[in-house]
Amino acid sequence: MKYEEAIKKYDPVIGIEVHVELGTATKMFDAAPNTFGGGPNTNITPTSLGLPGSLPVVNEKGVEYAIKIGLALGCEIAETCRFARKNYFYPDVPKDFQTSQSDEPIAAEGEVEIELEDGTMFTIPIERAHMEEDAGKNTHIGGATGRIHGADHSLVDYNRAGVPLVEIVTHPITGTGDRAAEVASTYVRTLRDIFRALDVSEARMEQGNVRADVNVSLRESPDAPLGTRTETKNVNSFRSIERAVRYEIARQATRLEAGEKIVQETRHFHEGTGETSSGRPKSDADDYRYFPEPDLVPLVPSRDWVEELRATLPELPAQKRRRLAGVWGFSDLEMRDIVNAGLLEVIEETVDAGAKPAAARKWWTGEVARLANQKDQPTAELVTPKQVAALIGLINEGKLNDKLAKDVLTAVADGEGEPAEVMSARGLEIVEDTGALEAAVEEAIAANPDVVEKIKGGKMQAIGALMGPIMKATRGQADAGKAKDLILAKING
Amino acid sequence: MSELINRSALELAAGLKAGEFSSVEVTQAHLDRIHATEADFGSFITVTDDLALETAKAVDAERSAGGDVHALAGVPVALKDLVVTEGVRTTAGSKMLENWVPPYESTVHKKVKAAGLPVLGKTNLDEFAMGSTTEHSAFGTTRNPWNLEHVPGGSSGGAAAALAGFQAPLSVGTDTGGSVRQPAAFTGTVGVKPTYGSISRFGIIAMASSLDQVGPMGRNVADAAALHELLAGHDPLDSTSLPDPVAGFVSAAQTSDLGGKKLGVIKQLRGEGYQDGVRDAFSAALDVAAAAGAEIVEVDCPSISYALDAYYLIMPSEVSSNLARYDGMRYGLRVDPESGPVTAETVMAATRAAGFGNEVKRRIILGTYALSAGYYDAYYGSAQKIRTLVQNDFAKAFARCDVLVSPTAPTTALKFGAEAASDPMALYLGDVATIPANLAGIPGLSLPAGLADGLPVGFQILAPAREDVKLYEVAGPLEAALEASGTRVLDTLVEGLTTK
Repeated sequence: MKYEEAIKKYDPVIGIEVHVELGTATKMFDAAPNTFGGGPNTNITPTSLGLPGSLPVVNEKGVEYAIKIGLALGCEIAETCRFARKNYFYPDVPKDFQTSQSDEPIAAEGEVEIELEDGTMFTIPIERAHMEEDAGKNTHIGGATGRIHGADHSLVDYNRAGVPLVEIVTHPITGTGDRAAEVASTYVRTLRDIFRALDVSEARMEQGNVRADVNVSLRESPDAPLGTRTETKNVNSFRSIERAVRYEIARQATRLEAGEKIVQETRHFHEGTGETSSGRPKSDADDYRYFPEPDLVPLVPSRDWVEELRATLPELPAQKRRRLAGVWGFSDLEMRDIVNAGLLEVIEETVDAGAKPAAARKWWTGEVARLANQKDQPTAELVTPKQVAALIGLINEGKLNDKLAKDVLTAVADGEGEPAEVMSARGLEIVEDTGALEAAVEEAIAANPDVVEKIKGGKMQAIGALMGPIMKATRGQADAGKAKDLILAKING
Repeated sequence: MSELINRSALELAAGLKAGEFSSVEVTQAHLDRIHATEADFGSFITVTDDLALETAKAVDAERSAGGDVHALAGVPVALKDLVVTEGVRTTAGSKMLENWVPPYESTVHKKVKAAGLPVLGKTNLDEFAMGSTTEHSAFGTTRNPWNLEHVPGGSSGGAAAALAGFQAPLSVGTDTGGSVRQPAAFTGTVGVKPTYGSISRFGIIAMASSLDQVGPMGRNVADAAALHELLAGHDPLDSTSLPDPVAGFVSAAQTSDLGGKKLGVIKQLRGEGYQDGVRDAFSAALDVAAAAGAEIVEVDCPSISYALDAYYLIMPSEVSSNLARYDGMRYGLRVDPESGPVTAETVMAATRAAGFGNEVKRRIILGTYALSAGYYDAYYGSAQKIRTLVQNDFAKAFARCDVLVSPTAPTTALKFGAEAASDPMALYLGDVATIPANLAGIPGLSLPAGLADGLPVGFQILAPAREDVKLYEVAGPLEAALEASGTRVLDTLVEGLTTK
């Protein structure tokens, strides 16, 4: 059954678990550096390797970041909470248990507002956010697929073992209807933006800083009880999240239509085909034998500390977008384009530096973006907001027109200096010498009597036909407004 | 030089300070004794002659150069082979770690090294400290120096035998349910289980994290106190480590008297069903204490009756998780399956089947079961509630007395091959008096209180949490009073004690 059909016939319910790697200097429970890359098994200590006798110590910064995330998601921060051991045998888990949180998470019961492509707002209910440590990384050698099946042997790199994670779990998300896939990806994108605004993680999807597990189930109608769910693990881009949800909805609907049952299981997502495949059966009988981690004392974040952190919370991306759209008078579409292009910050700084919002938007999304694209550089890093503001200032002062300003911008981007310097050095300033301009205007009038007739006849658009020769004669440095005034003065004499 | 091995640790410290002899002489005398008696006692898994003498030389040199050295500098010590020693094989008494040489240092060994105590070697223990006879070791049997046909107790049996056999003047053990106090009782030595968190567990191979505590051991109270002072103190590497300053244990042991001290006899541990000789020796010791001015009262701790049950749920639960890491993937033993596919799972299974002994497996299975979904509340959850009740009972009892007292163990050292020694349930019951202190986190001490049928009897003292000094305030003068009353204690190599 196709997705479009499936979504008409069934009510989808989704649930999303997001893991974010925190950008602390060291790991969650030991002093090994928390850095991406490095030779295999170099960022390790006896504790990250689970050597006999080693013990964990909680990273205070990790707790701080987890609290900030909890607060940003509108959660209650627990007055006391504990770490728990999640026991299971796997080579990339050095102690054969993961230190996590079970029934006592640091943050619980919040919600996140997300904004869909067309401006529709949707509220995602958050069940909990808890702290845990990451596992190491397996590399399977000798197989054709790089997967464990068919491999000769496997290597384990424990550099990632012990890296601090916060896992954010939603309640079942209902009421999305045919927008389930979009809701899922927009939610994760919103979280990504929040992590960055809080400065708790680089939150780079492609580095695996943010990973999502997507649960999908279908039911006949919104009144029916929840159906059996599948959990598609480690979907690592916004687009993949959307595809995985769509695929699962179509696949599950097809099975249900055929009278088959949905198997509760974890599934793998395949980037190449956009399909999911069966992983291992997951039942509620999965037994991790959780119990409170006896090597760590209960965590009691003082209320003063929590309030201190709350006070330092930056304006969250959604709030900020809403506020700025109002102040700047931008449409939702304009705002979304800016955000998606990653230009919100620079435009804000450009406006702070004195530019009008509309001009700042026009230059960043227009010429700066075009140049950046040409040079294959990030738009926001091509020039500084101050430089763009200065450029706009020169235009407002009448020293540059748009065409000249583009030349100045190119030179600034090439590192030739600040806009004013470039303008003087290259002699790009608008010609103020009315003598030269007058000569050019007279020449143009003399050479185009037919155009002049038209203007006399009231066809003002015809002035444009005179501007070409005038600009050519002044090497583009004529002030178009002044030229126009002069033309009219001469003709109407 | 052999008379050097008769001296207590503090006597050796004084002699070293006075320049009567060198640390090299003291260390060599103990190493000679070890090599002469090891075939009988089997106290050590690894003897570290070179390392010990190297430290001794360095301390002698520093002392003669007028350097400021620790009070115990140059006095040798033996470490239970559960204490991680960087560069020196550390086995935990298990085949699993037969060839494991730690690449890092424990806080205990760091402190011992920094103070300049020559380490004679690593002493034998029940595998991963699980047992009370030291028979569950992958590295041979340790025998009780008082009578080689008897066990030395456990799991710190090697540590205790090394003291009783005059192979070492000081020993470091660990106590999860009595593993320092019970072998001390069985060998006529002094063993201390400090308040939970008093001594860092960083680098102590874990058995049951919420119960494990390092224990100083000596042949007399003041020696154990001196070692306790050296090892205790806050360690940022152990989250359960206490911030309390540590001082005054030795002087408490040496200068206190029993006058006005209230000793509470725990009704539930008074000795019903205990070996007659144990009960008699305990009563006699109480009489000595009373004669020395102590007031004896009886206190009721009803929850103690459930302590053993709670312990045998909590301990194996933590064991099952702590010992999961021995899977053949990163260090230690690795065994491929005899047949079938070689996968991570089959290698883990084969390694654990081959590497662990029966007692360890028994406890892993018990703990895995107790933590399982659907059983957690009934077992682990209930056990934690009992733990709170035991703590409450102790708190109430300590409101009525300074310390609590009982026999350390219901019997004297069991004979090898005795029925009780091969019955796990009987052995578990032997921990009845020591376990409550671990559950409650309070400090306890065992000191010798005479003999029963030719074997030592232990007298246990318990104090409130973080008031370890009270142990020494009672144990010190009680030891002196017992000695003055003619009660036999292990001060020098006693005639009749097994020697070669």
